Amino acid sequence: MSDREASPREKGKLALYWAASCGGCDINTLGINEKILDVAAAFDIVLWPVAIDAKVRSIEKMADKSIDLCFFNGAIRTSEQEYMARLLRQKSKVLVAFGSCAHEGCIPALANMNSREEIFQTAYHDTPSTDNPKGIRPQTETEVPEGTLYLPFFYDTVKTLDQCVEVEYYLPGCPPEPERIWDAIVAILEGKLPPPGSVIGANTTVCDECPRTRTEKKIKEFKRTWEIIPDPEICLLEQGIVCCGIATRAGCGANCPTVGSPCIGCYGPNEGVEDFGARMMSALASVIDSEDPEEIDRIIREGIPDPIGSFYRFSLANSHLRRKVLAQDGKE
Amino acid sequence: MSNNDFEPRIIGFFCNWCSYRAADLAGTSRIKYQPNVRIIRVMCSGRVDPTFVLKALALGADGVLIAGCHPGECHYLEQNYKAMRRYTMLKHTLRFFGIEEERIRLQWASAAEGAQLAQAINEMVDQVRELGPLNWSAQWADNGQIETAIERIAEEHAEAMEVPA
Amino acid sequence: MKRISIDPITRLEGHGKIDIFLTEEGEVANAYLQIPELRGFERFCVGRAAEFMPNITNRICGVCPEAHHMASTKALDALFKVDPPPTAKKLREMFYSIFFVTDHTTHFYALGAPDFVMGPDAPVAERNILGIIKKVGMDIAGKVLKMRHDGHYLIKMIGGRPVHPNWGLPGGVSRGITEEQREEIEKLGRDAIEFGKFSIQLFNDIVLGNPGYVDLIKNEAYIHRTYNMGTVDENNLVNFYDGMIRVVGPDGKEHAKYHPKDYQEYVAEHVESWSYLKFPFLKKIGWKGFVDGVDSGVYKATPLSRLNAADGMATPLAQAEYERMYDVLGGKPVDHTLATHWARLIELLYAAEHWVELSTDPDITGETFRVLPTETPTEGVGEVEAPRGTLTHHYWTDERGILTQVNLIVGTTNNNAPINMSVKKAAQGLIKKGTIITEGLLNTIEMAYRAYDPCMACATHTLPGQMPLEVMIRTPDGEIIEHLTQNL
Repeated sequence: MSDREASPREKGKLALYWAASCGGCDINTLGINEKILDVAAAFDIVLWPVAIDAKVRSIEKMADKSIDLCFFNGAIRTSEQEYMARLLRQKSKVLVAFGSCAHEGCIPALANMNSREEIFQTAYHDTPSTDNPKGIRPQTETEVPEGTLYLPFFYDTVKTLDQCVEVEYYLPGCPPEPERIWDAIVAILEGKLPPPGSVIGANTTVCDECPRTRTEKKIKEFKRTWEIIPDPEICLLEQGIVCCGIATRAGCGANCPTVGSPCIGCYGPNEGVEDFGARMMSALASVIDSEDPEEIDRIIREGIPDPIGSFYRFSLANSHLRRKVLAQDGKE
Repeated sequence: MSNNDFEPRIIGFFCNWCSYRAADLAGTSRIKYQPNVRIIRVMCSGRVDPTFVLKALALGADGVLIAGCHPGECHYLEQNYKAMRRYTMLKHTLRFFGIEEERIRLQWASAAEGAQLAQAINEMVDQVRELGPLNWSAQWADNGQIETAIERIAEEHAEAMEVPA
Repeated sequence: MKRISIDPITRLEGHGKIDIFLTEEGEVANAYLQIPELRGFERFCVGRAAEFMPNITNRICGVCPEAHHMASTKALDALFKVDPPPTAKKLREMFYSIFFVTDHTTHFYALGAPDFVMGPDAPVAERNILGIIKKVGMDIAGKVLKMRHDGHYLIKMIGGRPVHPNWGLPGGVSRGITEEQREEIEKLGRDAIEFGKFSIQLFNDIVLGNPGYVDLIKNEAYIHRTYNMGTVDENNLVNFYDGMIRVVGPDGKEHAKYHPKDYQEYVAEHVESWSYLKFPFLKKIGWKGFVDGVDSGVYKATPLSRLNAADGMATPLAQAEYERMYDVLGGKPVDHTLATHWARLIELLYAAEHWVELSTDPDITGETFRVLPTETPTEGVGEVEAPRGTLTHHYWTDERGILTQVNLIVGTTNNNAPINMSVKKAAQGLIKKGTIITEGLLNTIEMAYRAYDPCMACATHTLPGQMPLEVMIRTPDGEIIEHLTQNL
């Protein structure tokens, strides 16, 4: 495995691609440091725009299923991204939804609270620094003196990778920690994977990794993170701070609670949970210490003024409802 | 706005001990009420995970009715309070999705309250009929624009000049 | 006209494609760099709780999440009108310096270097970080890997995670550091200074010592005379974390110096229908199109711009290098886009020195790492220098701190117009009638883009096989303190 000389076994082909993403998954992939050489010993990397100069055309020319493994990060929200998802699905034997965006939509999926029209209106007209007297908007086709310039079609709704193509595995995290990425690569190379369709990850929640002490949860009030300086030893939820660790799959080592911040749920739901937000709602409702409907209502409204941000920060695209009702003028 | 042919499909989660018996009572009492609620029996209203409600809506329900024992009368002592808190949390969140309040309802009904339950059902069905079908999966339905756009990309790639490696 | 498409652009962060249109004669009529993606942060952040923003805007960029986290946190300070205690500010600035060193290292060595170490038209399979590691060997590659590892390790230690830290709050940070952690931070900071010096020496020996590369830097095809923007402290020295924004013209004259909260008076964004990314320009001069010059509102916000816009560096080793660069390149301002790589290394050195300075500050292990806001939130602007340019976050909220409006001007966005201009000029310079267009040639055009973002390391074109390399590290007096060789 760590033999860096030419292996008698033929090298496989590896592709890494990013759709609507931030590049963090790629940076954490580089974060395996010198182990990248082990990856290079096992694979020819045929696509990786952050690091390698291969172009889309070279992928289009490859035979179907000739790429052994594809790590696809990023959500799908334009036609170009869906085109690439389909292309890489066609050319790849194993397609991994890499990171939260591909797995459940992640932060880009918060745009499912809006429509294309609303986003364009804000970005190209309404922000105070935009100077656009002619009301220009990006177009899928623009005629310039020299020819035509094309831009991809921007969807109303952000999709996960598996809402576009079939996916063999999911690697959760925003981004997955380098240690988990390396674990997944080793599992793939050694053939020790769960059944197709699985998430490659732990089967427990962040609470199991969290160093804080937990006793009993009875919340009289939810606190906004800027309202208190929490005790560094005690469970954050017990102190009234909404911490998503209770619903979130483990794997990160509970980094955020370790430095005093609540878990925000970036590894997605634990095994067996269909809708992360529903799980959070259920769990938080269970620990509210009140039986008076009006008091309960007040505790929730004042402590959680942004439930989408609190509960669906990463998982909106593959929640049951997926998006807010689409504004009528968002439809063509 | 309301479609005269539209009949709401409402999913009901009724607890075994009180509200399901109330529905039985309404039946044996021959009380007529609108047949739009598909009842699923759970042991306790506290069993109702918000996931059930969201899934029902996503799969095509126009509304969801949760029914349980009155506060203080839960067969399992306090779990209907959990249902109440979960329901409050759910309603708070659903507001942000743009789903009308009337589509989700929490109704307390003791085993003796067949008539009251029937009336609550009628009320809810009327309200949802007025609101119209939810048809939630239409929110992300595509009318063919995506296919056309993807074809265009393939054409655009084919149009560009070949450059040797 | 015939159209060449470079799709996707590679070795940078983000998506882009370049379309080059050729006349019948085979000359370049025009070149466009299109950004084919948009995510809509300015809209979907409306309705979010303000305290979520450092974690949401992190995800604008996974290479510089710390920049967004910091700009966002500072916007929250302004929003809640709360002034963080000295320990918090110094912790933030130290954290930010560590991040700057790490990010500049990643770009200098991993993204830009392949063009120079392997050559702009080396085979695609070799023209990348893996090819470099193979070529330079682990002695040198090991230093780079250690620097990246150390940086991310410390970012995780202080801020929670190496990518997308979760640490900033209005009024301070979520946790301070212990004395034990401080010692480790200082030690690794001193290593970072050595690494900064090593990198600059490498650049000297391999780039500036190579006439071919010097010609490339001075080639008119890679020169643009535009305005330069950067953040400066009260002495007009470069500062990444806090200060006033200063804009200096291609004529060297100061055009403006303003508090970040007044950015709307000075910067506006232009829209074209062929790109999802907007084109910022200087408002008081106006948008005159994709042209250079003192009458055009186009400006650059890059490491080179920051050095052009400032009067110097705030730490001694970096200041010496600053002076040397301008000596060699003929005074201020320097308009050679490829010199951005040099400027980037000078910034790396400054950030390392500043990191160590702050790590030895008596306040740095203080116990008061946060104060609670008492005012009702309304509106706030937070600004920092991202490695790629000036970054501004502007939030408006209701009285509960729920966002009602968001405006963002992001680092690379500042450079959208000059990047387009650079690509076009490089394309026109390199493709003429009769030129045989190869993938390698197109990559050389891409270098015009890459200069704005990642960096170049150093190297010589060499024959296939192991690259002979000799590096000497000298003290400011010229005494050799380290001498590395390979395959001589």
